Amino acid sequence: MTSLSKDPAHPGAADEPLLRVTGLRKSYGSSVVLRDLHLEVGRHRCVTLIGASGSGKSTLLRCVNLLEEVDDGQIFLDGKDITDPRVDPDEIRSRVGIVFQSFNLFPHMKVLDNITLAPRKVHGVPKDQAEAEAMELLARVGLRDKATARPDSLSGGQQQRVAIVRALVNKPVLMLFDEVTSALDPELVGEVLAMIKDLKSDGMTMLVATHEMGFARQVSDAVVFLSEGSVAETGPPEQVLGSPQDPRTQQFLRRIIEAGRL
Amino acid sequence: MAYRRSRTIRSGWIAFASTLIVVGVLAALVMTSEGWPRFRKTFLKWDYGWEVFPQILDGLWLNVRLMVVCEIAILILALTVAWVRTLRGPVYFPLRAAATVYTDVFRGLPLILVLFMLGFGMPTLRIGWLPSSPLFWGCTALVLTYGAYVSEVFRSGIESVHPSQRAAARSLGLSHGKTMRHVVVPQAVRRVFPPLLNDMVALQKDTGLISVLGVIYDAVLRAQIATSQTYNYTPYVVAGVLFVLITIPLTRLTDYISRRQGWIGGGTV
Ligand SMILES: Nc1ncnc2c1ncn2[C@@H]1O[C@H](COP(=O)(O)OP(=O)(O)OP(=O)(O)O)[C@@H](O)[C@H]1O
Ligand SMILES: [Mg+2]
Repeated sequence: MTSLSKDPAHPGAADEPLLRVTGLRKSYGSSVVLRDLHLEVGRHRCVTLIGASGSGKSTLLRCVNLLEEVDDGQIFLDGKDITDPRVDPDEIRSRVGIVFQSFNLFPHMKVLDNITLAPRKVHGVPKDQAEAEAMELLARVGLRDKATARPDSLSGGQQQRVAIVRALVNKPVLMLFDEVTSALDPELVGEVLAMIKDLKSDGMTMLVATHEMGFARQVSDAVVFLSEGSVAETGPPEQVLGSPQDPRTQQFLRRIIEAGRL
Repeated sequence: MAYRRSRTIRSGWIAFASTLIVVGVLAALVMTSEGWPRFRKTFLKWDYGWEVFPQILDGLWLNVRLMVVCEIAILILALTVAWVRTLRGPVYFPLRAAATVYTDVFRGLPLILVLFMLGFGMPTLRIGWLPSSPLFWGCTALVLTYGAYVSEVFRSGIESVHPSQRAAARSLGLSHGKTMRHVVVPQAVRRVFPPLLNDMVALQKDTGLISVLGVIYDAVLRAQIATSQTYNYTPYVVAGVLFVLITIPLTRLTDYISRRQGWIGGGTV
């Protein structure tokens, strides 16, 4: 069986985490969304981001993928500062995959064309080869027969799995997931989470913003609790979710338990 | 089943009968009016209409060709202008400003003025390397005026594509240009297809305005000449009917295409 992710090359120093964020600041106008944020994701690690709505999870992920310009601080990918104005943001984006809450498939293209767009237009992969690779990944996630379907004829879970495949064909070194199951009907959440778990066991490095505490507990190597744009608490899942030290984490988890989501 | 069919047949009959009554009443009103005989003589002289029909049809063929050529030029110009207006960053300021000024000016100017200014003005400038044919300048006037409208249609389409589509494309490593070309513009065009079609039908009629330059023998000028010889307006009626006859199938055809492709109705995202 083929692997969903290829083991990335390791040009950076061996002890350098794949992703290191230092002193990140981001504001929209006068509202500061991220303040002095520090975070690390080691190679082959899965780090989950939790935090209340508006705490800045999506903004952080968008900054890491250079979809937002940061105001201050650095983001190192593989030891290289990607906030440096001299780096080519398109090149970085093509190596960092992101999957959004609302799927964001291109509605005017067939599933297969959604997936092969970036390989063909960004990496110049010949059509046949791009389609063969895409079909292989689709088969792996059980969506082979949907290759010629339009995205809106698929269920939410299927769309999200296609979106994940679309990010994976770029052979990213890092995957970002932004509440990818929040828009799904409960019975479809499992199939998407299972796919992310598979990715994890294939050794993909990932940063996952989620409200699924069960997922955070079972799959992630570390949990980062964000509060008002900075890290309030971080540690192994059993520690952050089981015996949180920070009063803000305690309060957040208490609310989640009351809502019956833990 | 049978009940439903009989009901369909019945509503068909009702529609037919009510149409007949409405048309009958209107016709009776018009035809019993005092000026009807005179009106009929000046506007509906069928034998004269039949006599000038071939010339007008011939002129109409020119209108159709003008429309096709202008439409292509308009779509290219309009898409370019709309595209330029989406460019961000200070480097592009002059281009963006030029595009904005262009749309503002040509949306505001009445087409007839642009036609006069270009059609009569440009040839008198006698700039050697510029064409001096009124046909060329007439078309340019149409293209510039319609280009401004259509570019706004495209722009509204581009802006209606949700930013998350752009983010998704950029996140895959597509540049701004490739994002526009493969993701944003195709969706924008599908969305603005109905208004675009509307402008195309309007253009079809407005090719007739080129006749004001007096030397382009399109359907309207042919009708004008025929009318001036006899003081009978039937040639205009003939030209009008012909214009309507070609725009109706155009509308139906494009409606059909866009419905089959699922371009209109059932919006996504
Ligand atoms: N484009 C923007 N312009 C202005 N403010 C923004 C923008 N995007 C996000 N914000 C603000 O930034 C703050 C953080 O938003 P963000 O989407 O990162 O939070 P989040 O943790 O992902 O929340 P959620 O759990 O609801 O997704 C919010 O207060 C939001 O209103
Ligand atoms: Mg969010």
